[in-house]
Amino acid sequence: MPHISLPEGLPGISSGFAFRPETAKPMRELAHILLHGPSTLAPGERELIATFVSTRNDCYFCQTSHGAAAAAHLGNDSKLIEEVQHDFLHAKISDKLKALLVIAGQVQQGGKNVTAESVEQARLHGATDLEIHDTVLIAAAFCMYNRYVDGLATTWQPRDPAMYASMGEHLATHGYLTPSVKAHALEVTK
Amino acid sequence: MPHIQLPEGLPGIRGAMAFRPETAKPLNELVEVLLHGPNSLTPGERELIATYVSSENDCYYCQTIHGAIAAASLNDDEALVKKVKQDFINAAISDKLKALLVIAGQVQRGGKHVTTEAVIRARNMGATDLEIHDTVPIAAAFCMYNRYVDGLATTQPRDEAMYRERGKRVARDGYVTVSKEYLPA
Repeated sequence: MPHISLPEGLPGISSGFAFRPETAKPMRELAHILLHGPSTLAPGERELIATFVSTRNDCYFCQTSHGAAAAAHLGNDSKLIEEVQHDFLHAKISDKLKALLVIAGQVQQGGKNVTAESVEQARLHGATDLEIHDTVLIAAAFCMYNRYVDGLATTWQPRDPAMYASMGEHLATHGYLTPSVKAHALEVTK
Repeated sequence: MPHIQLPEGLPGIRGAMAFRPETAKPLNELVEVLLHGPNSLTPGERELIATYVSSENDCYYCQTIHGAIAAASLNDDEALVKKVKQDFINAAISDKLKALLVIAGQVQRGGKHVTTEAVIRARNMGATDLEIHDTVPIAAAFCMYNRYVDGLATTQPRDEAMYRERGKRVARDGYVTVSKEYLPA
């Protein structure tokens, strides 16, 4: 049961967003710019960073929905998503993205854990200052979203792959400004 | 030295925000709603939660600026701010705020650390669902802001007067208004 009385039938962060639209608006806009807005990092790469950090934070809803969004961007390669979640150094991704994931993992542990060496390494693999900046902020932002979702015990984090796949498809296509799920559409999956 | 080339002369999060105004906008709007917008928790109480979490995350810039904003909202009681950071259970604050700070500390360690007992305790001390809700994203958001500020290794001057002066202005005018000084229109 959630710690507070949240609107029913909305999974994960959607219930927190529906409970408090005032905070939902900037949280949605931030995710939209970071993951879906113009960037030299592909949306799939940015979703992988979000998925990786959410996995490290052990947030089921976030890692599954962003993993699904990443898959939707990356030819539905769900095996690649799992590799990145659990062993990204051996995943079939660019060396630049691996170096950025190292930085993201350091941010997840705490801002002071980011080392000059890992930043230098990312730069050697071609990462720009803007890409390094956005990696830090994506990782930091998911340390917020993950805590928001689990800290309210948004209990309804369904184990329903089809729901996440459809959510991922919506996020990959439309981004984060509007809800990816509607309560009534989920009645059948409850 | 910051990990990336940030605009000079803007300490802490301001340098990072000036580097990337697109993300600065929702970051400022979020903190405005959480700490300065209409709420049954006073701005001083909310700033204490932000200060406490930033202190637990060991972020010098954030704990000092939000401590200064808290003090400015609480009759310049800097000793109270310091006490909340170090030993809030014995600080001269309400039992409700103490119970919310317990929840904030749990969120700081990780979302799954928040216990039903801590939430029930806050409710028994008079906290509403909205106040419990807001405590969670305030604490969660500062786990983001702190990591953003330290993760980029922004410059964080040890200049108490600077923080005190700025704290008074943010307490008075809010985050979005003050951010216009260093963000493009």
